[in-house]
Amino acid sequence: MRTISAIEITKKVRELCISAACILEPDVAAALRTARDTEQSPLGKEVLGQIIDNFEIAGKEGVPMCQDTGISVFFIDIGREAVIDGSLADAVNEGVRQGYKDGYLRKSVCHPLTRVNTGDNTPAIIHTSIVDGDRLTIKFAPKGAGSENMSRLKMLKPSEGPIGIKTFVLETIREAGGNPCPPIVVGVGIGGSFEVSAILSKKALLRKVGAPNPDPEVNAMEVELLGLINELGIGPMGFGGTVTALGVHIETHPCHIASLPVAINIQCHAGRHKEVVI
Amino acid sequence: MTEPIKITTPLSEEDVMKLHAGNKVLISGVIYTARDAAHKRLIELIYREKELPLELNGQVIYYVGPTPAKPGQVIGSAGPTTSGRMDAYTPKLLSLGLRGMIGKGARNREVIEAMKKYKAVYFAAVGGAAALIARSIKKAEIVAYEDLGAEAIRRLEVVDFPAIVVNDAYGADLFQQGVEKYRRAPRD
Ligand code: SF4
Repeated sequence: MRTISAIEITKKVRELCISAACILEPDVAAALRTARDTEQSPLGKEVLGQIIDNFEIAGKEGVPMCQDTGISVFFIDIGREAVIDGSLADAVNEGVRQGYKDGYLRKSVCHPLTRVNTGDNTPAIIHTSIVDGDRLTIKFAPKGAGSENMSRLKMLKPSEGPIGIKTFVLETIREAGGNPCPPIVVGVGIGGSFEVSAILSKKALLRKVGAPNPDPEVNAMEVELLGLINELGIGPMGFGGTVTALGVHIETHPCHIASLPVAINIQCHAGRHKEVVI
Repeated sequence: MTEPIKITTPLSEEDVMKLHAGNKVLISGVIYTARDAAHKRLIELIYREKELPLELNGQVIYYVGPTPAKPGQVIGSAGPTTSGRMDAYTPKLLSLGLRGMIGKGARNREVIEAMKKYKAVYFAAVGGAAALIARSIKKAEIVAYEDLGAEAIRRLEVVDFPAIVVNDAYGADLFQQGVEKYRRAPRD
């Protein structure tokens, strides 16, 4: 057994919160630069130019690239040979508290009914899984509301099949228009149960932009959907253009013979995801 | 690309009538920030016929909730939020003289109609370009609802704030025009 210190987790989470808000991951940055080269609308190109200038300024000056520094979502893989010398949730929440305060990040979490702000961006959303080994992998993906609010979930009839899935995705993206700050990455969770499809769609966004699903059949749908989405003409910020999405990531899970859950989680161009292994 | 048009707030009806969907603008002067919670309070004051903490006539409201300023900064990162959430409150404010709004994403029918009726304009700033936009903000002070934190109403002095006209006072809509132009998918 390997002991992992809760204090170490807090320290790492604090750093993750600040660096994710200010420094765009290289895969997203590269995808946005390519998008600027391929976008056909002159206004769209200019918008992408501003987006690129913006993340460069943010990285250089150590300020948040977007004012919506998001609700703090974590996916944590716990090695089954690791023990934590304290509460994981407490350690993570303390890291969020410190990171959002010390990094001058916006506290964007409130009670769902009274709308009173919790004041420190906690509680974090923490998804855990037990994996092999003795490490702790913390994946952090702060999520802004602009793109999160455009997400949808639908229980399709199995007879609707792949065509029904694609129609639902295209409908969702078209209705979202400029709201989720395109160019976007589209996470799609297909199968499982009601809640599993939603979690899969969010997990899909943790992949590097454009990284294919290893299953060739699923990847074929990713490629097809990306093409179809970019034919919608929404473009950067919805001003019209040929780059609406940078990638489509699909995750699947077997489901009940009588159901076909499909969830769509949209990620804006400020695609913040960072990972650390302890 | 064409050069941006420079405009200065407060905006007159004449200023607004010169702007067309798709124009790039650089805004200078005073603008006010307000988002969901502040809008709710403003509308409550209006219905109770109380005085507002800001003069709406000719003004521009920027939908933003900035990050806290670091020591030495005027304001933190300050990009636009989704405007649609303010749609329910907007026609009332337009009827009281509000001339412009800055945000991101589309407005509903009622707001677009009210912009035509009361001669106002809706600008979009680039969502997520919050560090870049903050550079055009030279001064920021809270004028109301400090308890709302990021959602308080702030008076901003801006110089060459970059934005794009989405809905003009003639009823044109850049989102529709732009998407129409680049759509290759068949319409259903
Ligand atoms: S959708 Fe993303 S880029 Fe746009 S404002 Fe929200 S967090 Fe920022």
